[in-house]
Amino acid sequence: MAESDVTQIDGVAVEINGVEVIAHKGELLIDAAERTGTYIPRFCYHERMKPVGMCRMCLVEVDTGRGPALQPSCMIECTPGMKADTESAITKKAQDGILEFLLANHPLDCPVCDKGGECPLQDQTMAYGPGESRFVEEKRHKEKPIPISDLVLLDRERCILCDRCTRFAKDVAGDPLIHFIHRGNNTEVNTFPDEPFASYFSGNTVQICPVGALTASTYRFKARPWDLETTESTCQTCSVGCRISIDSSRDQVQRFAGVDIDPVNWGWLCDKGRFSSQVVTSEARLSEPLVRDNSGLVPAKWSDALGRFATALDNASSAQSIGVIGGSRLTNEDAYAWSKLFKGVLATDNVDAQLGDGLPAHVVLGLPAATIDEVCAPGGTVLLLGPDVKEELPVLFLRLRHAAVEDRVTLVEVSPRSTGITSLAAASVHPRPGETADVVAALMGTTSINGEIAGVSAVELEAARSALAAATGPITVVLGRASLAESASVTVAAASAILAARPDTTFLSALRRSNVRGALDMGLAPGLLPGRVTLEDGAEWYSEVWPAMPSATGLDTEGILRAAADGRIDVLVLLGADPLSDFPDADLAERGLTGARTVLAVDTALNSSSKRADVVLAAAGFAEKAGTTTNIEGRVSTLSQRVTPPGTSRADWMLAAEVSTRLGTDLGFESFADVLAEISAVAPAYLALDQAIAEGSPDGVLLPLDVVVIIDEDDDDIVIVDETVTVSEDGAEVDVTADVVAEETDADDAEGLIEIVADDSDVAGSMPPFVQYTPIDVVVSPPVDSYSFRLVASRKLYDQGTLVQSAPSLAPLAPGSTVSLNPWEFDRLGVAAGGRAIVRTAKASVNVTVQSDAGVPRGVAAMIVNQADGRVSDLVSADELVAEVRIETAP
Amino acid sequence: MITDAPRIITSRFDNADSFTLAGYEATGGYQALRKALSMGPAAVADEVKTATLLGRGGAGFPAGVKWGLAPENVWPRYLVVNGDESEPGTYKDRLLMERDPHQLVEGVLLACYAIGCGQAFLYVRGEMPLAQERIAAALNDAYAAGYVGKNILGSDFSVDVVLSWGAGAYIVGEETALIESLEGNRGMPRLKPPYFPAAKGLYMQPTIVNNVETLSNLPWIVTNGGEAFAALGAETSRGTRMFAVSGHVKNPGVFEVEYGVTTFRDLIFAPQYAGGILGDRTLKAFIPGGASAPWFFEEHLDLPLEKVTVDRAGSMLGSGAVVVMDETTDAVKACLRVVRFFARESCGKCTPCREGTTWLENILQRIQDGYGRPTDLDLLLDVSDNISPGIAWPPKQTTICPLGPSAVSPIASALQRFRPEFEARIAQAQEARNSIPVTITKASSHG
Amino acid sequence: MARLTNDNVEIAHEIIGRYPRPKSALIPLLHLAQEQDGHLTDEAMAHIGELVGVSSAEVLGTASFYEMFKMETVGRYMVNICTNISCQLRGGEELLAHAEKTLGIRPGQTTSDGLFTLEDVECIAACTEAPCLQVNYRYEHRISNEGFDQLVNDLRAGRRSDIPSHGVLAQVRQHIPEDRRAGVVAPEDKAVPVWIAAAGEGDK
Ligand SMILES: Cc1cc2nc3c(=O)[nH]c(=O)nc-3n(C[C@H](O)[C@H](O)[C@H](O)COP(=O)(O)O)c2cc1C
Ligand code: SF4
Ligand code: FES
Repeated sequence: MAESDVTQIDGVAVEINGVEVIAHKGELLIDAAERTGTYIPRFCYHERMKPVGMCRMCLVEVDTGRGPALQPSCMIECTPGMKADTESAITKKAQDGILEFLLANHPLDCPVCDKGGECPLQDQTMAYGPGESRFVEEKRHKEKPIPISDLVLLDRERCILCDRCTRFAKDVAGDPLIHFIHRGNNTEVNTFPDEPFASYFSGNTVQICPVGALTASTYRFKARPWDLETTESTCQTCSVGCRISIDSSRDQVQRFAGVDIDPVNWGWLCDKGRFSSQVVTSEARLSEPLVRDNSGLVPAKWSDALGRFATALDNASSAQSIGVIGGSRLTNEDAYAWSKLFKGVLATDNVDAQLGDGLPAHVVLGLPAATIDEVCAPGGTVLLLGPDVKEELPVLFLRLRHAAVEDRVTLVEVSPRSTGITSLAAASVHPRPGETADVVAALMGTTSINGEIAGVSAVELEAARSALAAATGPITVVLGRASLAESASVTVAAASAILAARPDTTFLSALRRSNVRGALDMGLAPGLLPGRVTLEDGAEWYSEVWPAMPSATGLDTEGILRAAADGRIDVLVLLGADPLSDFPDADLAERGLTGARTVLAVDTALNSSSKRADVVLAAAGFAEKAGTTTNIEGRVSTLSQRVTPPGTSRADWMLAAEVSTRLGTDLGFESFADVLAEISAVAPAYLALDQAIAEGSPDGVLLPLDVVVIIDEDDDDIVIVDETVTVSEDGAEVDVTADVVAEETDADDAEGLIEIVADDSDVAGSMPPFVQYTPIDVVVSPPVDSYSFRLVASRKLYDQGTLVQSAPSLAPLAPGSTVSLNPWEFDRLGVAAGGRAIVRTAKASVNVTVQSDAGVPRGVAAMIVNQADGRVSDLVSADELVAEVRIETAP
Repeated sequence: MITDAPRIITSRFDNADSFTLAGYEATGGYQALRKALSMGPAAVADEVKTATLLGRGGAGFPAGVKWGLAPENVWPRYLVVNGDESEPGTYKDRLLMERDPHQLVEGVLLACYAIGCGQAFLYVRGEMPLAQERIAAALNDAYAAGYVGKNILGSDFSVDVVLSWGAGAYIVGEETALIESLEGNRGMPRLKPPYFPAAKGLYMQPTIVNNVETLSNLPWIVTNGGEAFAALGAETSRGTRMFAVSGHVKNPGVFEVEYGVTTFRDLIFAPQYAGGILGDRTLKAFIPGGASAPWFFEEHLDLPLEKVTVDRAGSMLGSGAVVVMDETTDAVKACLRVVRFFARESCGKCTPCREGTTWLENILQRIQDGYGRPTDLDLLLDVSDNISPGIAWPPKQTTICPLGPSAVSPIASALQRFRPEFEARIAQAQEARNSIPVTITKASSHG
Repeated sequence: MARLTNDNVEIAHEIIGRYPRPKSALIPLLHLAQEQDGHLTDEAMAHIGELVGVSSAEVLGTASFYEMFKMETVGRYMVNICTNISCQLRGGEELLAHAEKTLGIRPGQTTSDGLFTLEDVECIAACTEAPCLQVNYRYEHRISNEGFDQLVNDLRAGRRSDIPSHGVLAQVRQHIPEDRRAGVVAPEDKAVPVWIAAAGEGDK
């Protein structure tokens, strides 16, 4: 086909500065020009927001057949035959004029402005602007920076009224708390009096402000752009995996900014992620190992600390008497190294990266998977069956919000209370805690709706059911834990009900801890080995690479804590974990920690649990080590080192290797790349990962790859496996396939297959299958007791966790403990909003402030996890399906 | 030429009860509606097209053609009535709303019937409580009498007419800003294209925006036929039109005259109209069509009040506002006052308008206050050029709407004709400053 | 007063019910609040935001765009003197200067007795009646200095009962009787209007 034929079908031929370029259908001129190498200056236009065409900087002469006229290139779509001249005298004069107008009232305080050096206005002025200002009048004066929230300051004199921040707040975040006020030359951006810009996404406005009008309180006057060194990485605050840039100066992390990648964050970050840059430089960071002596935890030499760590493990009475909790804040390489040490050297399977607040590994890894893009695909239908995404996975919330508002995606929510997404949902039902699966079965049409189910009226059920039934294709489910006062089995049963009714459903897991997915993928869960395979299936595959292997499936965190409480755990290892704060049942965590004979911790800072340890190894943290991470979708992306770790702290994989050496086994790792290479060679879902990473897509790599493994028999290293067919070592079969593969790879890898040559000393036997999900039946919840309330324990973005509390700007934002009740309950309980109440279970009671919240169903008491005083985890028992509480007025 | 054409829209102005339903019905009111219901929507639209009724809001676009721009088969459509009259010098819509509200309501109904609008929004300027009151009463009475609402006069035609009013913002007279305002937003214009109201207007649905005077003509047109209307006036400006003549005239007033044949001289000097220049002084300049229009002078007096002629002569009839300035007028001051208006009324959306019009005002204020510089006149023109490239007519614009470029009209006009006055003012200022004795103080170390 | 009174909430609901989108009622409701309190209080703006489902910042964003909405207390009588071109030519600025002297305040200020606020305004569509002014938006045409002083005296003495206090605009409200109501036409309502369909023009 001739070039021009292609044009007619796929795109629009336009002429930019005399050169024909092909624009996509509906593409804006400003984008088409940029994509084909002509940058048109702009201030208001932002490619992730709707154009408003108000700054007028992007005016260019455009001729659509009726003679050239100045047009804002951010507002006009390319049409066939359109001619644009971005260099003409008229274009230049117009752009110069706009710049002069913008500068008329703009203060010339670049030397003290945080944006100086990276300011589009400054850059444009250098590139296009007039020299001398002809504006001799007094400039507009406004009070210098005013705080518009706890994190953001606004300097209205510098503002050029581009509408980016205000558009972001309303259209992207859905928090229209900043707005243009007044008119004309008096227009300014501001908040309503006494209603700050309290948005979880406020920091994005700082990033997209084209001048220094919005600045982050964390970064003001910290560094000058020309001193900064930058590296791309992946945010580790939650598991969405937003791409970020890390800026440092003088070996200190200064700030994070969002990087725009299509499949994940579109350039946005939540404030927790953005301002977690402060965590890296936190004073609480450990710079050397600690060991316990008579006076408590004291600094020690690495040789002593590692020695005591190894000896404790060596002295454990059996593999079963070792328990390992945590690992979901580590890199994949760290997680693999620990996995290899504990499972492959010490042969214990009592390893769990989750703290009883997640979902079983077979659910996370075994359910048919959906990516974020698949969940958000235009016109689709999404069932939300999990936590409040706005609180736990904020940028996933932004994607879902965009999907619902702009892309006709139908959201149906099933959660025990209303959430940040309820107002966007086509239907939202709130079943009684513990009874979600009954409602889901009804929504799926498995059971009929003859009346109220689990507290949800038939009308609401019908509305939700018809919204789901209207889906034209398979639905996707966002699956996670809505409440930590409810057993994970409730969620699993609900997922089972969905899959039974609609086998084509796909799932996106909504677990929040940064690299929890990577930790599970690396085998940090009972019964699991790296690469999404079970211990049972993978033992043989791994037997050649790992010196030892657990003999049976071990305990999860709850099991480990119980065993420890019963005196059956000699060594409890905490890998960056804080069960005392994070395990839903605080009492069990306490008993477990007390009952363990020796507690070993590896962490970046002390937490309430590691303070109780006998040895604490100081670990390097985020931005201090290279590695890879895996997000909720199973997408692997890179983590980069930008600064030196504090003191003598070092990466976890190194610590694992050193401990192992002391136990007499060389793990074989000299660098993180060695670990990655081993993962890529042996972990089935991760095969060839290192090559894919080396090829370097900033979007990350979605696993498993379409790979072919060639193990060359002649060379003592051939077997052929591809991802769907497991081919045995049977000679004949191998040869045939080998030829085919060889041909394909010669043909320049046409189908995107990646070839890896593995050494058969590493891999033997056939590749094990991926983990399968095992359905569970509907769980039976206890009968409703009209005197008690069912407890819902959910998270808020800001809490007492180490991360938030190590960032000075975020720490004060944790809201504190409250109990939220439907206002209807107030009279019968004799409580009032703002008053105090005692929330009581059989084992404990807490005294908290009462909040009125119509989004909490009657009969439900909603509390927030991990807040200061009045901890919900004191009320929850790990062995109960749901927590029931009594509420009394506090004396 | 002064003609004895009938008064079409001001025919009831002399009646004491002109604004009541009884008064309206007694003078043929709501007969056009009855007639229209028997004609069918297409026939009504045809009559309006035949009449070639030009819009009276400023741009002068034929109403019949505009109605036809609503994309076929896209429903619902809305009608928005522009009663925001705020262009300096303009005074006619308020009179039509206060004195003959039923005529407007009937016009609205006819338009909705012809276009297929199920709901109409009548947007009155905020500062006009009497007009609001009279229309509210007229609507309440017309609903009760079965002229408005469900199944009008027993037919299958149903429409609600909702009265709304503004709150003080000239720019909301611009049709897309008016739509924003009706949606509860700041009245900032939308960019055309893509937001031509006829295609994407109120709630992004096809929307016809018509001026109060435009719609007030409809009852007469339907009653008497489009031909009868087209028989009046000139080839490209049919019917009659209201003109407000203000400023330095003996008898300022609002006059309905035959469109396109009456001349400026007739309007300003004839005894039955404005009656000549105040104190029999001579004419310095006049604004032919509201503050946005470039100024006219002596040599334009014999031009007819005809759209095409006036456009060709380099200005516009706009909203029918003729403002007369006699020889005593201070050109700098008058120019400043008009520019100040646009600077204050800029919505603030476009950089050139927001920053540029204020800058122009500042420079002019400086000249007026005796701080002008010799370079200021060229600066005025260059800043003007950056708002309206080429300073031509019709204006080109670096802005979204014509408000910004409107601030350029008075400057271009005044400087073209009265530049020496500006220069003299600046020279005077220089002189005054030069004559101030210079005291030389001891050089301070602070420099 | 602060939030809308119960009576006004009822009126507010009637007004909201006339529009396809609640936010369209924003300006009418702001007028209602200003009629109630003489100016817009933060509480009233927040209340209106709740009623139409937008944030307080959005309410303020809209309200502050329009000159008639006052966020601070103003005099019982808002005296708006036009100085735009037609009035300027006929003595509008001199009238303003006179008013400043008579009232002892500059434009934008309020007399200490809280009775008058003076404003220098743009064209009020009475150009042929220049110089002209409005008191609480009620017109005074072709007013002389003496006429102005007389007006002020009359207002002070309570002799102008025809001029209600600031904030009150039309004293007749539109009311659409339920049985005559054609109903709101929502943008989602894609049906061809009955009379168009009946005339066979639906597909035009
Ligand atoms: C800055 C500006 C102000 C305007 N003000 C008014 C106005 O006050 N009244 C009016 O009817 N049209 C006004 N218009 C014109 C309207 O945009 C629109 O063209 C008119 O209402 C259409 O009605 P018509 O076709 O019946 O004339 C204004 C236009 C601009 C650009
Ligand atoms: S030209 Fe002026 S009034 Fe018009 S949209 Fe732009 S800023 Fe607003
Ligand atoms: S970038 Fe196009 S107008 Fe601002």
